[in-house]
Amino acid sequence: MKPPPFEYHAPVSVSEALEALAATGPHGKVLAGGQSLIPLLNMRLVAPSHLVDINRIGELDTLTAGADGVRVGALARHATVERSTEAAAVQPLLRQALRLVAHPVIRNRGTVVGSLVHADPSAEMPAVLALLGGSVRLACLGGEREVAAADFFTGPMESAVEPGELAVSAFFPAPPPRSGTAFREVSRRHGDYAVAGMAALVTLDEDLRIASARVACVSVGPGPVVVDVSDACARRPAASVPWDAVAAAVRDRIDPEGDIHATAGYRRHLTGVLAERALKDAARNAGTEAAHE
Amino acid sequence: MSDGTTRYAITLVVNGVVREAAVPARRLLSDCLRHDLGLTGTHVGCEHGVCGACTVLLDGEPVRSCLTFAVTVDGHEITTVEGLAKDGELSPVQRAFTECHGLQCGFCTPGFLCTATAFLRDNPVPTDEEVLVAVSGNLCRCTGYQNIVKAVHRAAEIQAEIQPGLTAETGPGESGRTA
Ligand SMILES: Cc1cc2nc3c(=O)[nH]c(=O)nc-3n(C[C@H](O)[C@H](O)[C@H](O)COP(=O)(O)OP(=O)(O)OC[C@H]3O[C@@H](n4cnc5c(N)ncnc54)[C@H](O)[C@@H]3O)c2cc1C
Ligand code: FES
Ligand code: FES
Repeated sequence: MKPPPFEYHAPVSVSEALEALAATGPHGKVLAGGQSLIPLLNMRLVAPSHLVDINRIGELDTLTAGADGVRVGALARHATVERSTEAAAVQPLLRQALRLVAHPVIRNRGTVVGSLVHADPSAEMPAVLALLGGSVRLACLGGEREVAAADFFTGPMESAVEPGELAVSAFFPAPPPRSGTAFREVSRRHGDYAVAGMAALVTLDEDLRIASARVACVSVGPGPVVVDVSDACARRPAASVPWDAVAAAVRDRIDPEGDIHATAGYRRHLTGVLAERALKDAARNAGTEAAHE
Repeated sequence: MSDGTTRYAITLVVNGVVREAAVPARRLLSDCLRHDLGLTGTHVGCEHGVCGACTVLLDGEPVRSCLTFAVTVDGHEITTVEGLAKDGELSPVQRAFTECHGLQCGFCTPGFLCTATAFLRDNPVPTDEEVLVAVSGNLCRCTGYQNIVKAVHRAAEIQAEIQPGLTAETGPGESGRTA
């Protein structure tokens, strides 16, 4: 249970990191919080010949909350983003989801951007980015591109990051007015990866009827599965939405797999239940937002 | 030019003492503390972040030393279980674990002590729920957890006796947190 040997790079600026990544190409890997990569190294499931440690790059340790959304730099730890009242005021789903990511001690080291790049289908933050329609900014030597969430998660543990690229930040847009969010999940023990999980975003119209409703499902596909259930909500107030039909609409869109933690059928069942709960929570939060207008 | 066998000269401030070591990049902080620095109080259970036995404080914040490379934290401050007692006196958390029988074999204890120490510094008057969440990332095969949870509450009491005036209202901001 020890990591294999690798060549170590310790850049202190983004440009140094990009040079190291360009020079090592497909043999280089970025080390951020290490909370996913080091277990894989310890178990010898991966053996990159070069590691580019970004922990000394102060310019990546950023978190900015503006009216349009929250931009999270590559060195912002889960715990920092979770604790930020500014970030929570602009996009409450960040804190709602981060509380469910691993244990507090893991969150002290793990980074939000690292979690996105790692793209675990059971992870919370990819679902949050996908639900909100956020994006990830990737830099390489001599260039930069902003990749939309819909194009970023390309498969289980696979993201759009190419060899030589560094994810420098992620952007989580603010919700429209009269909106509410929620995150619900079921896991075997507190802090474990979710057996099934659900992020929800509900926006009300001026008469407090559900104008739009979306969920992103966790642990039931190759990546986060976003489902728009606005039609199923039938533009009614939350109290008279046909929730059975909404849950069924979400269940119909997923194709979960069974494993030692849960059968495919149980995951499908949980997904329906969690969709209803998360959407009701989100609708309630949207109502509170609307009341403050 | 470096390769996989290159040794890096690192300096860590461990329990207030400046310590130097020459380590390969792949040396885990847990192994650096135990093997290079001879501080075997930090225990190693799973080496993939699940059991919490290896938890130490990095610049005051609890982290898994088995999921941290020593070379990454060059120049930083580390507190291990050996650094919790001051002048031969057990810390409030250590006293509470003794009083409440919060340990049996003791394998998990260093991780619980470090985790609880940072937790009570930030949250000196925790609720039951907050204590459960705080220790949820640490596994214990012996105690059944009840006495560990009691010990964390007792530690909060002892801390309040030593530093009267700590209340839920004053919170971490005014509780003398320095890190
Ligand atoms: C016990 C335990 C429980 C956990 N439970 C959960 C959970 O319930 N939910 C959850 O979501 N996560 C969980 N995690 C994982 C944790 O959230 C990680 O922090 C996160 O997945 C990865 O972030 P990191 O910064 O640690 O990345 P690292 O481990 O450093 O890197 C992960 C991968 O991303 C790449 N990478 C990282 N940053 C960048 C970047 N800026 N640019 C390009 N590539 C990059 C790395 O090369 C590597 O391939 C758990 C971890 C542990 C140890
Ligand atoms: S040894 Fe580090 S968490 Fe188990
Ligand atoms: S006291 Fe034995 S593992 Fe906790």
